[in-house]
Amino acid sequence: MQDKEKLNLNRLEANSKRKNIIYRWILYFILGIFVFYYLTPLYVMIVTSFKTMPEIRQGNLFSLPESIKFDAWKQAWDGAGFTGGDVVLKPYFWNSIKLVVPAVILSTLLGAINGYALTKWRFKGDSYIFLLFLFGTFIPYQAILLPMARTLGVLGMSNSISGLILVHVVYGVCFTTLFCRNYYVSISDEMVRAARIDGAGFFKIFFKIILPISIPILVVTVIWQFTQVWNDFLFGATFSFGEAAPIQVALNNLVLTSTAVKRYNVDMAAAIITGVPTLIVYILAGNYFIKGLTAGSVKG
Amino acid sequence: MFWLKKNLPKLVLVPSLGILSWFVYGFIFWTIYISFTKSKMLPRYEIWGIDQYIRLWNMPRWHVAVENLLIFTVLFIILCIAIGILLSILLDQKIRAEGFLRTIYLYPMALSFIVTGTAWKWVLNPTLGIEKFVNDMGFETFKFDWLVTPEMSIYTIVIAGVWQSSGFIMAIFLAGLRSVDDEIIKAAKIDGAGIFSIYSKIILPMMRPVFMSAIVILVHLSIKSYDLIIALTSGGPGISSDMPAVFMTAMAFHRSEVGLASASAIMMFLTVSAIVVPYLYSELKRENAR
Amino acid sequence: MKMKKLIVALIALALTPSVSFAAPKAEVLHWWTGGGEAKALKVLQDEFAAQNGVWLDMPVSGGGGDAAMQTLKARIVANDAPAAAQIKGPTIQEYDEEGVVAPYNIDAVAKKEGWDNLLSKQVASHMKCDDGKAYCAAPVNIHRIDWIWANKKVLDSNGIKMPSTWAEFNAAADKLQANGIIPLAHGSQPWQDATVFEAVALGVGGNDFYRKAFVDLDAATLGGSTMTKVFDQMRKLKGYTDAGSPGRDWNVATGMVMEGKAAFQIMGDWAKGEFAANNMAPGKDYICAPTPSNNGYLYNVDSFIFYKVKGKDKVEGQKLLASLMMGKNFQKVFNIYKGSIPARLDVSMDEFDMCAKKSNADLKTAGSKGGLLPSFAHGMALRLAQKGAIQDVVTEHFNSNMSSSDAAKKLAAAVKASL
Repeated sequence: MQDKEKLNLNRLEANSKRKNIIYRWILYFILGIFVFYYLTPLYVMIVTSFKTMPEIRQGNLFSLPESIKFDAWKQAWDGAGFTGGDVVLKPYFWNSIKLVVPAVILSTLLGAINGYALTKWRFKGDSYIFLLFLFGTFIPYQAILLPMARTLGVLGMSNSISGLILVHVVYGVCFTTLFCRNYYVSISDEMVRAARIDGAGFFKIFFKIILPISIPILVVTVIWQFTQVWNDFLFGATFSFGEAAPIQVALNNLVLTSTAVKRYNVDMAAAIITGVPTLIVYILAGNYFIKGLTAGSVKG
Repeated sequence: MFWLKKNLPKLVLVPSLGILSWFVYGFIFWTIYISFTKSKMLPRYEIWGIDQYIRLWNMPRWHVAVENLLIFTVLFIILCIAIGILLSILLDQKIRAEGFLRTIYLYPMALSFIVTGTAWKWVLNPTLGIEKFVNDMGFETFKFDWLVTPEMSIYTIVIAGVWQSSGFIMAIFLAGLRSVDDEIIKAAKIDGAGIFSIYSKIILPMMRPVFMSAIVILVHLSIKSYDLIIALTSGGPGISSDMPAVFMTAMAFHRSEVGLASASAIMMFLTVSAIVVPYLYSELKRENAR
Repeated sequence: MKMKKLIVALIALALTPSVSFAAPKAEVLHWWTGGGEAKALKVLQDEFAAQNGVWLDMPVSGGGGDAAMQTLKARIVANDAPAAAQIKGPTIQEYDEEGVVAPYNIDAVAKKEGWDNLLSKQVASHMKCDDGKAYCAAPVNIHRIDWIWANKKVLDSNGIKMPSTWAEFNAAADKLQANGIIPLAHGSQPWQDATVFEAVALGVGGNDFYRKAFVDLDAATLGGSTMTKVFDQMRKLKGYTDAGSPGRDWNVATGMVMEGKAAFQIMGDWAKGEFAANNMAPGKDYICAPTPSNNGYLYNVDSFIFYKVKGKDKVEGQKLLASLMMGKNFQKVFNIYKGSIPARLDVSMDEFDMCAKKSNADLKTAGSKGGLLPSFAHGMALRLAQKGAIQDVVTEHFNSNMSSSDAAKKLAAAVKASL
């Protein structure tokens, strides 16, 4: 009897192992197809950035460059080889950093506290208050440019980094609150209730209990906010000064020349350079997508 | 002191709400007001009546834009969520190189669409990109000219839009999946549930709040779509791929029709609210009933 | 004693209001951020700095000025207008109507330097506000829109001469098509469609027709039978373009001509820059000729408007800027870099290339024969609302199967609705 059982078990194991391997291959195949979809434009961009203009004009979109030269990249960054007057990226990089860091920190913090207050300290009408936040995400930004300009003008902030930070925090808070609130709502209230019984206050619970388990959603929130603020062109172009403009304005100026000769290789290189900080944020933040961060700790 | 402690949660929300009441709701009312004026190049404040709305609905271009918004938003939401969930579940399977793959799916959002749009424009152009590539390989009858066909151009915008945003939807679902208690899954496995039914019957239903976030974000991105259209089709061929944000910007800033633009903004806002708010409301009611 | 005197003197100096010395300051909004245009603008920047001016650059490019318009309007609404902005055509007068241009700070400079004698009457009238009484903008160039650019080799090997009538153009195009060459390189974006349209309207309808339709906005002309003929020719031209033309950028289309894949392109004189960047010379590698018309000339004048600003240094900046913009040397060097011709009448054309010289000569001829007309596609003839309405109909017709008579009717209706 025991032998037959063992045989059956072995066969089952072997079968499931085979099944597993097939599943795995299918898995990687599907993932691979999507990789293709996502990478095609990037491939075109990278390949174009290494070609010379005549090569681009004559050649095939997907063909490899004749030689790997970084000329276009150098031109995009600080203008090596230019005759002057053209826009380059380097001076504006720092402007964006000065803008992004406070904006992301402020809006994320506010979002977390708002989400926490709305879910762990229920009061009458808190769902309606949440709806009020959500409405803010449906406003088309083009529609608020003029009244925003008026407001910033009155506040004396119409041409400054602080004005931009205000704008980004205002519209960011709607999203950060959305993310954090929807995350906290799924987290059991047990811990918070226990802590309140023990006498802990609002902020103590926030910093000691809530924040540590918020890592996944904070990561998502930071990814979103960083991207929105770093990639923003509309607000940056409208509410900031020529030299204090954020990098996306500079990128636009570099790429979208109206009646001048277009240099596609420099454009592609410039876009990739501009996207690097965001990519770094994604890579670093990705380390926090670790499973099991909340398992166990939620049960308390 | 006790009053302060008791009301602290509500007080904490006040700064954000205060900002919102001016910068969101104040501006919405401003826009509503302006939509009733004759504002041309700059805002004017004498009430004119509802003529802007009448003019708006008499413009064929506006009709195209609204239709496109609906087509685009529906496809955009369905595809982004479907792909996002699929990829997040696949990545949740303890893959080698998960970090690497995750970054590949996420990076499109990091790059300015002004430039990636140009790359897509080349790739989708029948004489330069995919159609030419496949034709050169010998398949002479292959056609992929959606980009230059008025009836199909909006679908190319869907392709590029999904490319740009689905990675982020994958990320928020992944975060959601990762926050599910392991014990629940272990218990289900012991009960003999297969992977497929674990996901569909247990985990995904727990993701309702994540669905809500995803839909809100996707609706927001769809409304905001400006760069996507300008870079890919310039609203063309002709006016076939026009969308409300493009229409609004063109009217307000390039045609000196600020009043008309405000009317279009309000129409869009109302349309979106009418569809999304009932959904949100019912979700919230559901949560409260727990 | 000496020490005390010194201290008193220093205090007196410190207390002297520093307003008496105001370095001219100018915040300039523009979108010339690359290539020849940026180089050209830098000339102005350098000249300004040489006169102790402080230039605050405000470049916002995108869509041929679209993004800049957003920024500009926001700044005006915030009561913080820049000193100068790259505005052209009737938009100048539109801003004047909103009351943000008076008190016309540069008019004094214009009167002193005698701009009325340095500019043609037509150009000068575009630069004036307050019903033509005061100068409020300064012109930096004149662009010609109605050019055909052709690949010489392709023409020669197919035995074709540059067409002087639209019938000749169609015949040449048919021949080229039969030989497997794309006759017309085109990028079907709304503004490009409008550019070709107005050149065709000028040629097919004639100078008076153009004026009646696109300057006077006469409803009968807009919806009439001649307009239908214009749309007919547009339909024919569509047949001469290739399948990939929708959405194509204008310079990619120029590239097709340069590579010999296509024979002709209808585009303004800035196309010269692409040929030059590819080391091609006019007359040898490529040919420039006006589109077929009867001494017609569609012009576009780039200019800078000077808004109402607060502060003596800003007003001084505006005056200096205006004066430099009309300077002889600037007009020459700027236009050599940019590919256009000077607005100022007395600048020598010796250093300009063959196409520019032709442009200048044609300008004078057209002027005397009543063919000098403002381009509406490039914002000189009409207010933006009307231009946009016309553009919508033109691009819709070009990219669909709309009949020409329907298009003409739609055109008249759209213009009426936009007024």
